[in-house]
Amino acid sequence: MRASLSLAGTCLLVLGFAVAPAAAQGPPRRPATFPAQQRPPGDPALVARGQQLYAVNCQFCHGADLRGGDSGGPNLLRSQLLFNDQEGELIGPLIVGGSQTQGGGMMPAIPLPGSDVQAVAAYLHSVQASMRGQGNPPSETVTELNILVGDEAAGKAYFEATCTSCHQASDMNGIAARFEEPKDLQNCWLRGGEGRGRGAPPAAPSAVTVTTSSGAVVQGELIRYDDFFVSLRDADGKRLSFTRRNGMPKVEVKDPSDAHLQLLPKYADKSIHDVTAYLVTLK
Amino acid sequence: MTLRKLLLAAASLILAPALVISQDEGVLLNPVDIYKPLVDSWPVYSGDYTGQRFSALKQVNQSTVKNLTLAWTEELTAGAPGGGGFRFGGGAPAQVIVGGEGSGEFTTGNSANIKGSILMIDDVLYVTSPDNVWAMDARDGSLLWRYFWKTRGGTHIGNRGAAMWNNYLFFETPDNYLVSLDARTGEERWHVEIADFEQQYFSTPAPIVIDNHVLVGTGNDLDAPGFLQSYDPETGERQWIFYTVPMKAGDPGLETWPNLDTARHGGGQVWIPGSFDPETRLYIFGTGNPTPGYTGAPRPGDNLFTCTLMAVHVDTGEMVWYFQTSAHDTHDWDSAQTPVLYDAVVDGQPRKLVSTAARNGYFYTVDRVTGEHLLTQKFGTYTNWALETRPTGVVEPNPAKEAIIPGSLVSPVEGGVVNWPPPAYSPATGYFYTHERNGFNMLYLTEPDPRGSMGLGGKDRVQIGSMPSYLVALDPLTGKAAWKHEWPGGGGGGLLATAGNVVFTGDGSDNFAAFDATNGSPLWHTRIGNPSNAPQTYMVDGRQHVLVAVRDRLYAFQLY
Repeated sequence: MRASLSLAGTCLLVLGFAVAPAAAQGPPRRPATFPAQQRPPGDPALVARGQQLYAVNCQFCHGADLRGGDSGGPNLLRSQLLFNDQEGELIGPLIVGGSQTQGGGMMPAIPLPGSDVQAVAAYLHSVQASMRGQGNPPSETVTELNILVGDEAAGKAYFEATCTSCHQASDMNGIAARFEEPKDLQNCWLRGGEGRGRGAPPAAPSAVTVTTSSGAVVQGELIRYDDFFVSLRDADGKRLSFTRRNGMPKVEVKDPSDAHLQLLPKYADKSIHDVTAYLVTLK
Repeated sequence: MTLRKLLLAAASLILAPALVISQDEGVLLNPVDIYKPLVDSWPVYSGDYTGQRFSALKQVNQSTVKNLTLAWTEELTAGAPGGGGFRFGGGAPAQVIVGGEGSGEFTTGNSANIKGSILMIDDVLYVTSPDNVWAMDARDGSLLWRYFWKTRGGTHIGNRGAAMWNNYLFFETPDNYLVSLDARTGEERWHVEIADFEQQYFSTPAPIVIDNHVLVGTGNDLDAPGFLQSYDPETGERQWIFYTVPMKAGDPGLETWPNLDTARHGGGQVWIPGSFDPETRLYIFGTGNPTPGYTGAPRPGDNLFTCTLMAVHVDTGEMVWYFQTSAHDTHDWDSAQTPVLYDAVVDGQPRKLVSTAARNGYFYTVDRVTGEHLLTQKFGTYTNWALETRPTGVVEPNPAKEAIIPGSLVSPVEGGVVNWPPPAYSPATGYFYTHERNGFNMLYLTEPDPRGSMGLGGKDRVQIGSMPSYLVALDPLTGKAAWKHEWPGGGGGGLLATAGNVVFTGDGSDNFAAFDATNGSPLWHTRIGNPSNAPQTYMVDGRQHVLVAVRDRLYAFQLY
């Protein structure tokens, strides 16, 4: 569930405030994105001891990352019981007494003393508090994911058939050297080099032609336009603006990435991957 | 005794007789009045129960709308009182009533963020922003009172408005309380916890009052079950709870999940208000995405009743019918959008219908009495995530368009072809008005673990390009556009349709604008910024007002 794109910025902002330690009697701070982040951090020694106890007693079933293991233990990071638990009072009886799980399995009884249960709880809560917003786990897998699954030869053929009406193959020489990550290269060529994303060249302004009702034509770089207004900068760098009514003056915009945008509905994902596999060879 | 207490004591003496009068006379809003079509006031989230956001007012019409002028504007100050005072001009600052379960430890700043409906009842506006409610004079925007809720924290993304029953207001807080105020004074009557804060629920919807029910939804991004609840408006006691995912063995829909544990973490939040059909007493609403949102591998199946149009009996909370608008969603495309109820003739027969334009780019029309499917039609021009449509009308998702490691090129973008801002419908034109936002994302899987991710994790979503986007008038019986108006700036915000044959909305280029409902021609605009809620209209002293919010500022327009 996510309401709109603007939320991403909001969440980062809120998270930024959340990670700043709050003084006990300090000024009001921004709330964190979720309650587990708002709890006071546990005693580091207790958390460390809890982590050791977890590794010995719990990890086999619940996984090193608490998100469930091969032996069928459920994901603790989304456990409602654990969210409601404060310092082991809710999870303690399950640890000590065992439990039938919702998945149909059986959690064995693990006879830990109360102080150990508290340590395990402190550790689990410390991991919950490190989760990111919108239910994201603390961190993703660190495995390097290779997006280069395409066929270089097929990509070259696709490029020659589709892209050479605008680009010379030699224009692309060195493009791979500009991007550390193949993913950034892929995103950039798909966009047509708009100024978004790492390594991308700055966005070029759109060209605009404004035709007034008297037939006068003005051309330049578009500043902005809507149904009621258009502004542009002409070849001399002079800013011009017009009120628009009923579609007049007429506005024709040529976005430099238009050719790329027009291709977006036409690509098969395989062609995208193939072209990227080809472009990464152009160091 | 402080001056405030003295004033309160005096007020309570004056108001005491009002508390014992019957429901039928002298109250601000008798619940039966919400059954009436929308005219002078705005007594519930969508104006009336139909979800049409269609006002019968026509003083402002195709010819006169060009003469709309600013009646008043006010900037709303939120947050704890005493932090900088009020900017409302003239006279002493209005009273701020403070409630809440928080310790005052958290602040969310002094900027209001108006993303919901504003009630207009008896010439008073009731405006909300997370943790704040304002009562304002509908004539000039003067502040009458403000209520401030001290939060326990959590996600403060928005609030969709308040509800009223007799003299009492209801609103939800981000830390999951349903709060009831006396609308005349802003004094709190009670508050009840409606969802578990520690479990990461956060509440944004506008409650919906139907007779002696207050329907409340809530939200959650972390693999928690969604639900709709009904509360007693007098006592605050819960009347029923309806879970949108299977919660126990034998529950309907369980066969669409691999097991009960997965279903119980399956999402389907109810975070946008629905509509109500008085004849069948069905409350009809949409549910949110399944969780984990982007990694569908651990939850094979259709995942009922996530991304589903649902009809629940308002007196019992029992489901009567459902139609799934996004089976096994893997793109965070909630189907929570407010459904629109209307009547039309289909194949010579009068039908009672409900339509919804879903975030995933498909438009659906269903018989609102039986749930019988009538129409599935793609309305997002570039929408590309689907295979063929099943005989049932449910769209088959294409697994190749899920997040994959080398990236899949997906339309619409994550925010969808539409989002929470509501559509409108005009019985005069028979058109369903909606934005159509088009664009492409690359969607990369970053969590290949077969356990999947959690919440909205496990993916990297990159914006690639915006495609032409439109204001669209759909024929809801065909799903085809009667007209389209292309947005230079992408459009945005909710919609309002009126009997004056005008449609109001934002153009995405910082204009609030009016369009001819019959053909989409621009008729009027004002450059006040992009609206943050859906425009509304009301009548005061014989003058039709058009009301809209841009973040923390309200604008009211009228003809001069």
